[in-house]
Amino acid sequence: MSDNTILDEHINSEYKWGFTTDVETDTFPKGLNEDVVRALSAKKQEPEWLLEFRLKAFRHWLTMNEPNHWAHIPYPKIDFQDISYYSAPKKKPTLKSLDEVDPELIKTFEKLGISLEEQKRLTGVESNIAVDAVFDSVSVKTTFRETLAEKGIIFCSFSEAVLEHPELVKKFMGTVVPYTDNYYAALNSAVFSDGSFCYIPKGVRCPMELSTYFRINSSGTGQFERTLIVADDDAYVSYLEGCTAPKRDENQLHAAIVEIIAHKNAEVKYSTVQNWYPGDKDGKGGIFNFVTKRGICLGDRAKISWTQVETGSAITWKYPSVILKGDNSIGEFYSVAVTNNRQEADTGTKMIHIGKNTRSTIISKGISAGLSNNSYRGLVQVRKGAANARNFSQCDSLLMGDQCGAHTFPYIEIKDKTAIVEHEATTSKIGEDQLFYCRQRGLDTEKAVGLIVNGYCREVLNKLPMEFAVEAQKLLAISLEGSVG
Amino acid sequence: MLTIKNLHAAVDGKEILKGINLTIRPGEIHAIMGPNGSGKSTLSSVLAGREDYEITEGEVIFNGKDLLELETEDRAREGLFLAFQYPIEIPGVSNVNFLKTAINEIRAYHGQDAISPKEFLEKVKEKQKLVELDNKLANRSVNEGFSGGEKKRNEIFQMAMLEPKLAILDETDSGLDIDALRVVAQGVNTLKNKDNAFIVITHYQRLLDYIVPDFVHILYNGRIVQSGGKELALELEKKGYEEIKKQYDAISA
Repeated sequence: MSDNTILDEHINSEYKWGFTTDVETDTFPKGLNEDVVRALSAKKQEPEWLLEFRLKAFRHWLTMNEPNHWAHIPYPKIDFQDISYYSAPKKKPTLKSLDEVDPELIKTFEKLGISLEEQKRLTGVESNIAVDAVFDSVSVKTTFRETLAEKGIIFCSFSEAVLEHPELVKKFMGTVVPYTDNYYAALNSAVFSDGSFCYIPKGVRCPMELSTYFRINSSGTGQFERTLIVADDDAYVSYLEGCTAPKRDENQLHAAIVEIIAHKNAEVKYSTVQNWYPGDKDGKGGIFNFVTKRGICLGDRAKISWTQVETGSAITWKYPSVILKGDNSIGEFYSVAVTNNRQEADTGTKMIHIGKNTRSTIISKGISAGLSNNSYRGLVQVRKGAANARNFSQCDSLLMGDQCGAHTFPYIEIKDKTAIVEHEATTSKIGEDQLFYCRQRGLDTEKAVGLIVNGYCREVLNKLPMEFAVEAQKLLAISLEGSVG
Repeated sequence: MLTIKNLHAAVDGKEILKGINLTIRPGEIHAIMGPNGSGKSTLSSVLAGREDYEITEGEVIFNGKDLLELETEDRAREGLFLAFQYPIEIPGVSNVNFLKTAINEIRAYHGQDAISPKEFLEKVKEKQKLVELDNKLANRSVNEGFSGGEKKRNEIFQMAMLEPKLAILDETDSGLDIDALRVVAQGVNTLKNKDNAFIVITHYQRLLDYIVPDFVHILYNGRIVQSGGKELALELEKKGYEEIKKQYDAISA
């Protein structure tokens, strides 16, 4: 099979999550100014301090310039006045009973494989998973709240946390990603709508996976969610985030913030399966996914581990990072990023070593097909005094066809001479020989590509919770459907 | 089982096969010998369906079907197996997972249910023993980090697992020590029955001490120039390819 035949036939793969749900919504008119920020805050009955936070962020945002050519990815200038900053299903359910959730919403999430009924389990899955389901700007239901509360675990929507646990939100919000951090972080801080909040008290191991499922439904809106996870001393939690959006010709903006705080001996595992609508094969439509995700290992021996499988979005800028402040703390980043057609992904991590004997591991697997571009961009920084810091980075790129691009930009800044930093990188092409070998054993091309790609990503997929590893494997195969002629 | 009629094939416009005729019946072992560049590997690639080759003339009938019209994977599902001269590595995919996928694809093609885990494991155990393949190798990624001999042994293991009707061994003996050679031969001899057939492509007579062919064909310059019984291989070993070359270069000149 020559490269040209590989490229002759492009993607016909269907984005299976592209439907829209017909619900009555309460949507703000398009536009952004201080009044919109105030209206948003009032809508959510927020305390004064939070409105102040939003306004400060908004005023700061106004002074900033849009980084519209970051990483050399050209995209149409976003008209921030052409976006609605709040959209919610009208029948706002009380959170006590599922009966009060709009059946359309329950159906929507069921269609996406997410059950909002606690007794139900995800298809073929043994363990229970607590889900916070976010639909456009609001959380519609958080499951297993009572079960978790028995252990002192708080898992609820961000909006509820603001009202019910203001002291925790106030103490930690913005401490890892300040609103001054970057353009989209400032925007999010001003207009964030909902998201999840999670607090694991001292010495508690969270008994189930916690997850948030984000769904964009309304057109002309942006989604600006905010997630805050705090693990107190000796606590453990594994957290997963999934997301989808309808197929639309327009580009929609998704600018989220995720902050993780791990105290002494705490461990937080954060896994993402990012499947926003990527646009069609000509690059029309799709989500602009510009998010800031960062965790801090505040205490000694804390550990934060990011695992991401990125298959969606028209453009992704995303660098889940770890600040290793506590001595002996550990940061990990495991990533699979797939781009096809005209998708652009610029993703990686920052590992900031501050504490002594801190360790970080970066494993990045990029897969590019079609006319897409896939970049790894990462920073390993060892500050003065971070004695015996250790980093290992491995960045592999796999190319399918000869019209896609794979790029690696590793930045390394070492200020402590005891540091040991290793970086390995490889670039390979999905071999015609491999395909032929598989086909000679009876596998068709799609199956063969799926098998080869999953094998290539195995190191990362192994890090995902079991339930989601299976989903992720299927998703990888679907994302690359039709990429080989 | 397999009938090749006047098969011509070219790569990049250069004709490599110039009219191959060959008939293989169930229960037979055919050896194809010939000097380097005679077209041996091209023949196996064309039969297996590698797409770098252009078939310019001729036909191939495999079990009543027009082989050249079938997709590569359908040829495999119909029971054609190629033991690769240079087996391919597939990092991260375990050998057993690979084989299980292959077996189930083939079964699905024939309208059969997927193999049960128990049946599969028993089969792995049995066939592993046959080719003296280490347990560790069966569970490692396909061919990744295998030695040359291990790769070839793994090909025979796969063949044993898939139980093809027609297996083509493309220079499986190249680069093998005597023990590995014995294992490969033992695999073929055990699997051989009245319903299947083998094409053994080799440069040397050595392998044929262990796998006794019913027919030997000498391929030179894209054509089968001589056919005979197993004694032909011995004769060739004595005379060497130079004799053949001289003889047939004179004819074509």
